[in-house]
Amino acid sequence: MGLTLIKTLTADDDSELEFIDGSDDVVLDNTYNEYQFYFVNIQPDTNADILSFQVDVVDGTTYGQSITSTAMEAEHDEGDTGTALQYRSNRDQSNDAEYQQLSEYIYNSAGDESASGVLTLYDPSNPTYLKHWMSVVNAYGNDVSQVSYHAGYIHQTSAIDRIRFAMTINDMSISGNISTGTIYMYGVS
Amino acid sequence: MAKTLISTHDIAVLGASESIDITDGIDDTYNEYEFHFVGIHAETLHTDFEFQVNASDDEGGDFDTSLITSNFFRNYQGESEDTGGPTYKTDRDLAVTAGYQELSYMIDQDDNDECLSGMLTLYDPASTTYLKHFQSRTNANHHNGEYTLECFAAGYIGTDDPTDQPAITEIRFRFDSGDIDAGVIKMFGVS
Repeated sequence: MGLTLIKTLTADDDSELEFIDGSDDVVLDNTYNEYQFYFVNIQPDTNADILSFQVDVVDGTTYGQSITSTAMEAEHDEGDTGTALQYRSNRDQSNDAEYQQLSEYIYNSAGDESASGVLTLYDPSNPTYLKHWMSVVNAYGNDVSQVSYHAGYIHQTSAIDRIRFAMTINDMSISGNISTGTIYMYGVS
Repeated sequence: MAKTLISTHDIAVLGASESIDITDGIDDTYNEYEFHFVGIHAETLHTDFEFQVNASDDEGGDFDTSLITSNFFRNYQGESEDTGGPTYKTDRDLAVTAGYQELSYMIDQDDNDECLSGMLTLYDPASTTYLKHFQSRTNANHHNGEYTLECFAAGYIGTDDPTDQPAITEIRFRFDSGDIDAGVIKMFGVS
């Protein structure tokens, strides 16, 4: 096997993109013990929004699972005037139930900016372990290339069967829509 | 790019074991191999998850002759807002050493909901010209279980003779003490 494409969602100014097991041909159960979500050219409707995700248990509707996570970022600007490698303490969580941010600011004003990357979710249906995940996303923000490495676990031993992607602002609250972009969901086996 | 599943090593099938040794399927069929770790759970509290290899001149050996030079850094975050990183860890890297390369460390297991997941990429193990490069990224429950620990390790494997770089054909994953009590390792070929 390898990578099996499960579902493709293309944004059209959507407030969220959501994958729910059993809905619209989505499989998010013990069929695979590893799932990957590839983000291609995600652009926010609101300038400088941040790509984020949350998950929920079977039949859950709140998308407020507790997450503990790390956040590291490296950046370099087009003018070659500044670089950084830093821990982003405003993008991590400590057993908090906010949307988990995966990128830095994604700009949209010139029309050619976006973010791309991948999120791996491990064994979401496991009934014993906390659910680990890791991501890497590169984003264009104000003439700066910003790569973000995030990882952590969802503090939930019950099965996770749904995931939602949305845009947030710095305080992790939901912001504007996902204007364009595609998310490919794969099972890894 | 395509990934082809070569083999699956599931502790639920194999039974708890001191190590998972993969001794078949690493050859010149692919010039890139990925090892995916899912739900790796330790028998012993606060152990390190690590790997070593056997080269073709030591097949069936004790995973103790290939020399590794590596770098290692990590980020962590506690459930009570105790953050660290990115920090280089000089006690986790190797310098032309035949020891095991850590992929994560001080992993927690005593609440039984803790584990490690992640991935190791091994490049062109069948090359007889070049040192063999690798990169890994893992995430684990750490310390007393109230931390998430993300580790990055990378480096190369070979001999100290530039004219003699035998192929890598076998790899071992283990904890530095105790068994692997649960988890799955999947090996993919990348083409």
